[in-house]
Amino acid sequence: MKTPDDATVARLQRILDTPDLGDGRYELGDRIGEGGMGVVHVGLDRRLDREVAIKFLRPGALAASDVARLRREALLLARLEHPGIVPVHDLGELPDGGVFLVMKRVRGRGLDEVVQVGVPLGERLRLFLQLADTIAFAHAAGVLHRDLKPANVMVGTFGEVLAMDWGVARVVAGSDATTEVRPAAPADGTPAGTSAGTVIGTPGWMAPEQARGDAISSGVRMDVFGLGRVLGMLLEAPGPPGAAAKAPPAALRSIVHRATAEAPGDRYSSVPELAADVRRFLDGERVLAHHETPAERIRRVLAPHTIAIVLIGAYVLIRALLFAINRR
Amino acid sequence: MNKVMLGIVLGTVLGALDGLSAWFTPEVRSMMTTIVIGSTAKGLVAGLLIGWFARKVRSVPLGILFGLLIGFVLAFIIAAMPDPTGKHYWFEIILPGTLVGLIVGYATQRYGKAPVPKTA
Repeated sequence: MKTPDDATVARLQRILDTPDLGDGRYELGDRIGEGGMGVVHVGLDRRLDREVAIKFLRPGALAASDVARLRREALLLARLEHPGIVPVHDLGELPDGGVFLVMKRVRGRGLDEVVQVGVPLGERLRLFLQLADTIAFAHAAGVLHRDLKPANVMVGTFGEVLAMDWGVARVVAGSDATTEVRPAAPADGTPAGTSAGTVIGTPGWMAPEQARGDAISSGVRMDVFGLGRVLGMLLEAPGPPGAAAKAPPAALRSIVHRATAEAPGDRYSSVPELAADVRRFLDGERVLAHHETPAERIRRVLAPHTIAIVLIGAYVLIRALLFAINRR
Repeated sequence: MNKVMLGIVLGTVLGALDGLSAWFTPEVRSMMTTIVIGSTAKGLVAGLLIGWFARKVRSVPLGILFGLLIGFVLAFIIAAMPDPTGKHYWFEIILPGTLVGLIVGYATQRYGKAPVPKTA
């Protein structure tokens, strides 16, 4: 018997890995992304004749807890109606006991990819604020994202910023970060989330307490940390082509420093508080996280009036020159 | 402050200061009063016109250009008038006068409050 070649084996493996979506409403297309536990394919909703994104678990990740997690992500997304969160259209069941999630197909690029081409600092900060507003909305609804990183942020065709991959998000009983949050049991009876001691998040982006296996007690300050890391990445991104490379302003570095403090209590107590400091910077106001020197204060106050100062200086200079010429 | 009012106030103040700076030219000190009144009036007219333009056209570059033009034209008219000895002070009047127009043009666009659109 002839042994199949590698390409044939790979093709057969792909066919085996492709789940059967049941009643034929959805047609599965190419794979467009993957996360820690799930893969995302482009799909076609035959009933509504529109493109969708279909997320299901990786082959082999069909443990009851994984299925419950994807189901929980669907329920979470369904309760988070916000322009910065990809809406979920449907939750389907697979013959093997798994589930799949049908979402809006988003066209865009990852945040890290967008800023690598050279985006002005102000624009980068506005992208950040859109993300912060989305996360603040989720917190107000009692949901922690817990895996904020550039790869989980997408910038759509119209410049909209979308927080993606809510796979490890957690519903908490309260969103007040000053108190210890407790997991809330979902109404459908699925497990409430990760148990204590499980490391949730992405190394390099997760808060220190997450890395220690405490993925809940710091509450919203955990996402404040993630946002701080994202802001840090945005500050280090290159400026527009042709513009001189400049170090990020000290005030913004102070914001990142405070947001990513080792101890949760040293961070901003909420995402709106973090966003307000970034807005202060954009508005030329004093950033609360930064102790500015008198020279920095003068520069900050005068910076918006540079042209006026130059014009007045030019007038005084001309007057002085005319005076000097007349005295000869 | 709305753009027209800002133009008038700034034009008048800068015009007056511009007139007062004539004190540094000793040969015209005897005509200080006339110079200050004339320069103030010129500033007021320039401020009014530039403020009106800023209200109609929202563009910093165009505002600067219009201010420059108005400042130059009005300063040229003043400079064209000789002193009693028949001497003209072209540079002394036109250069600072044009710059004052430019400053008012920029300031009205940058700092003046745009009119609130009327709602039905």
